[in-house]
Amino acid sequence: MISVKVLGPGCARCRTLESKVRELVQKNNIDAEVTKIDDIAQMVGYGIMMTPALVVNEKVKCSGIIPKDEQIIQWINEG
Amino acid sequence: MQMTEAAVKRKKTNSGGLKDVLKPFLFLPFWILIYWNLDALTSYLIYSVLGLSKGDHFADSLFFFVYEVPKVLLLLVLIVFVVGIVRSYFSPERTRKILGGKKLFAGNVLASMLGIVTPFCSCSAIPLFIGFVESGIPLGVTFSFLIAAPMINEVALVLLFGLFGWETALLYMSTGLLIAIISGYILGRLKLEKYVEPWVYEIKAGHIEQSEEKITISQRISAGVDAVKEIVSKVWIYIVAGIAVGAGIHGYVPENFMASFMGKSAWWSVPAAVLLGVPMYSNAAGIIPIVQALLEKGASLGTVLAFMMGVIGLSLPETIILRKVLKLRLIFVFVGIVATGIIIVGYLFNLIY
Repeated sequence: MISVKVLGPGCARCRTLESKVRELVQKNNIDAEVTKIDDIAQMVGYGIMMTPALVVNEKVKCSGIIPKDEQIIQWINEG
Repeated sequence: MQMTEAAVKRKKTNSGGLKDVLKPFLFLPFWILIYWNLDALTSYLIYSVLGLSKGDHFADSLFFFVYEVPKVLLLLVLIVFVVGIVRSYFSPERTRKILGGKKLFAGNVLASMLGIVTPFCSCSAIPLFIGFVESGIPLGVTFSFLIAAPMINEVALVLLFGLFGWETALLYMSTGLLIAIISGYILGRLKLEKYVEPWVYEIKAGHIEQSEEKITISQRISAGVDAVKEIVSKVWIYIVAGIAVGAGIHGYVPENFMASFMGKSAWWSVPAAVLLGVPMYSNAAGIIPIVQALLEKGASLGTVLAFMMGVIGLSLPETIILRKVLKLRLIFVFVGIVATGIIIVGYLFNLIY
């Protein structure tokens, strides 16, 4: 199973990203576990400096933006 | 907007080539045509089509509104596009690399300048702060960055340029930079490291692998386009609302009304304006049209700019977020020094103008 993490301290944009990711995973029947990380120490552990951020299988895919739907799906499918 | 180099590499496979690069530039002739003819177009609409007369309160307000909204939006689109492209050259990771190891004052100057081109949303304040501190960037330099980034953003500069001319925009930018550099420098010299929450120095920050991947021109252009879509869609409503308020003030408030309490003669107006502005938070887009109207009615430039810097430079949400990494005393010192800097700048402007 693919692990997908959405990093963000709780502002509107991170919540938007989280719901978008959950919705995409569900709609496309992707076998992934989506978790939201709002603990700062954990976030910084990934080395990101801007939130929200998307992490797939422990690799940081982007930070500071809300990526396009196709992009999110592609990243998750590439695992 | 920021992407890791690996993510940018993936995006490359999806973006077109020359077509995507040229598309945005096709808008340019239309932009120029509309922009240069705004006055004539608006006059035609208000005086000929609607038959209103100059000097009529409603006509004046409407003219202001119809003229300013497209003008400001056009400017915004252009500048956000350009800055979006410039930003693709400066990721926070790269900024961090550039700032690492610089001597104190030079670091403050660089950090402040980089703060202008780096996008900033309040919630990024913490990871950014930690990221900088963890890579050994001095506290004072980090503060210079944190002061410059929200205060001097391209939306504010565009609006100042569009509504007041390039001299005012330049003045705002340079004094903002000055405040960021000097405040950061002073904060650095005060040796306030002990007031940073200890856990900040204890966590081990990861580092994103830096691949040698080059970003193509096409990707930079699409970074510009994305920036326009994202920022303009967020901000246009505040601009329209702000201009509407400004239009009302322009048409209906009597001349020199503001002079009595925001004019030069009231010595207390500068500190009062800053004290009023600091706890307020608005994005630059909404506040500037109001600023324009206030100026028209006799408020002095120094007071009004000080107010604006207070509103967008220091915000309550940001200080609340920073409380997680900074002890209360440091937050007060931080706010106090920046506010003092803004007040001094306010007085300076009132003196010069």
